[in-house]
Amino acid sequence: MAALRAVLGCRGAPALRPPPGQSRGAAGGLLQRLGQWFYEVEVVMAWGERLRQHRLRSRNAYRSFLRDTYGENVAAAVFTLSCGGGVRFEGQDSWIRPESHWRPEVLRLRDVPVVALDLSGSPLNYNGLDNLVPLTRLRHLDLSGCPHLDDWALGRLHVFGDTLQELSVARCPRVTERGLATLHHLRELRRLDVEGVRVPSPGLVRILLEEMLPDCQVLGMDLGDGTGTPTGGEKPPA
Amino acid sequence: MARRGVVNRGVVYAQGAWRGAWPSGMLRWGRALRPRREGAPGGAPGGAPGRPLRTAAPLSSDIFRELGRGLGRLGQTLKDQLPALEHGAGGWTPPGTPAGPRPPEEADVVVVGGGVVGWSVAFWLKALEGRRHGMRVLVVERDPTYSRASTVLSAGGIRQQFSLRENIQMSRFSASFLRNINEHLGVPNEPPIDIQFQPSGYLFLAPPQRAAKLEATVRLQREEGAQVALLSPTQLKAKFPWMDTEDVAVASYGLEDEGWFDPWTLLNAFRYKAMSLGVHSCSGEVQGFITSAEDTVSLQTARIKYVHIHMPDSLEYQPVTCAIVINAAGAWAEEVMGAAGLPGVLCQPPLPIQPRKRYVFSWHCPNGPGFSCPFLIDTTGAYFRRDGIAGNYLGGMSPPEEDEPDTSDLSVDHDFFQERVWPRLARRVPAFESLRPRGAWAGFYDYNAFDRNGVLGRHPKLENLFLAAGFSGHGLQHAPAVGRAVAELVVKGRYESLDLRRLGCRRLVEGEPLEEDGVV
Repeated sequence: MAALRAVLGCRGAPALRPPPGQSRGAAGGLLQRLGQWFYEVEVVMAWGERLRQHRLRSRNAYRSFLRDTYGENVAAAVFTLSCGGGVRFEGQDSWIRPESHWRPEVLRLRDVPVVALDLSGSPLNYNGLDNLVPLTRLRHLDLSGCPHLDDWALGRLHVFGDTLQELSVARCPRVTERGLATLHHLRELRRLDVEGVRVPSPGLVRILLEEMLPDCQVLGMDLGDGTGTPTGGEKPPA
Repeated sequence: MARRGVVNRGVVYAQGAWRGAWPSGMLRWGRALRPRREGAPGGAPGGAPGRPLRTAAPLSSDIFRELGRGLGRLGQTLKDQLPALEHGAGGWTPPGTPAGPRPPEEADVVVVGGGVVGWSVAFWLKALEGRRHGMRVLVVERDPTYSRASTVLSAGGIRQQFSLRENIQMSRFSASFLRNINEHLGVPNEPPIDIQFQPSGYLFLAPPQRAAKLEATVRLQREEGAQVALLSPTQLKAKFPWMDTEDVAVASYGLEDEGWFDPWTLLNAFRYKAMSLGVHSCSGEVQGFITSAEDTVSLQTARIKYVHIHMPDSLEYQPVTCAIVINAAGAWAEEVMGAAGLPGVLCQPPLPIQPRKRYVFSWHCPNGPGFSCPFLIDTTGAYFRRDGIAGNYLGGMSPPEEDEPDTSDLSVDHDFFQERVWPRLARRVPAFESLRPRGAWAGFYDYNAFDRNGVLGRHPKLENLFLAAGFSGHGLQHAPAVGRAVAELVVKGRYESLDLRRLGCRRLVEGEPLEEDGVV
């Protein structure tokens, strides 16, 4: 029997207030509202959330056996390809994508360093970077549109300080200017794409980024591109 | 008035000039069967004689609209009968009633102190209790506005650069907790928690005489898994050109999981999640205890049986029966131990925890260090960090022992900034020679004068009292780990995730300090 929370006085729960829109469409909104009234629905929604987190964790797990057997380049390549991304090894012009027969090809290139990774749109997060951190010759890293990449994860990119030349964090919803401030370790960076990153004042952040990385070309954070709060011409918050 | 004859269930309200020629009843029936002619000349107002005046007759669908409105009103009336969910909402409370819920008459665990450590303990107790509503936890906080609480007045930093292994482990646990804060403290149907973490790292500068010690602590930190780099003065100058590296021998720079965040968000996240798991909270001050020492003759050990929670500005108090008491009162932990009812013989050893006032100053410097500015701790002990992106900075310094400011209130001594902090920072960062002070505030460190490390664990003489205080400025960053440790002690009887036995009361009893050098 579904336990009505209001009638039972919701002991311990704070006053019911309408939750801000976090629904997934009409069904999500209905579940939300039911969850406000019934304990069971709330528990089921919590289980759903835990299942989602478990799946994310398993996709980002560190494949240590691959690294021990085949080396870090192959481990990183296999991780990237299993996330749906692309890999490019040194001396190659074309990208290896998951649509092709990549397993024998990647194993053939066992001792060749990985120079470019395309992880756009992948579920990469802080823990998934365990697979990429051992790479020593990475030059190009595309992390655009990764929904789970946040400021903590950007703080781990300092290990590529000597080699990374191109980085893209465009359209990552959880990246903010606080994560961009950690990119000062990347001394070799020549192109930084921050299109679509939500910051409070894009113009100011762009100036700060250009100051922080003088040799780097910053793409995307212009005053007029509509990111962040539209406050044209206002002085930055004091 | 323009008249509009409307067909309603076949009854036509007659209009027009036809009158009297036929007997009235037949006329009406006859007219009823004939369809209504639109646009008939307005003629006499009103219907046929004897009919009530109707200006606009309702449509058939209006019945349902009326029904809907009627049901809405019925629902509202019923809702008004329900007791108000919030205290005082929709009702009248007598003036002078203290705000906030009243303490219950009994609780399983009473947590004294509603700061971040207290709420962290309450949350972890609920997270580890094993069954829903398995124990009743009550958090007592005397100041619901948190005007003097150390949590909200803190600069909000988190670092792994400590010299004691347990502190490093606690910081690493807390960092991974904060990283996954939505998994731990996420409440269904609520927006995700954003503590606004800035992963800029801590930078400790060491003069030549302390260089070896710094290198040894960095080695220990690396052993524990913290990512810390050692930098020489030339490397420092290359990385941070705004710094004057005179008399710096070596520097340690935290590369990952170090930075600063918003303490108020963390406190509220803990509070909200704990309350959604069923933790009770009340506002009041613990000013008395009743222990079992009053029943027994021998005074070797005792149990606390009742906690007296006094209402603010009132003589009223509520005796709460409790099984376990946790002292998380921060800077006032020793004051709680001095409350009436705890025999002096049993409060040995006395807790060496005192409130120490620390100032935080905020200033604006347009040409200051840019985006890459870390949380810098100078060789002299002065520190500062960037605050936002608009050229504002926060900083301060811990004064030497003999110059400790008076702790009776939280007033700020601006001369301290003028004479002590500013010259030191301006020497280290030449751009700070011209700056504009914006404001300042003061907060208390719960300073452990014995060895500047937290006191965690059971009290040696009072069997059901647990301590979690004395973190000397790092309580906020260790709060998730401390909460878990105390909850494990209470629920399982031993430490499982982190071994913090060395931080117990034993070192106070035996007089062996466990020193921490990295106190900022």
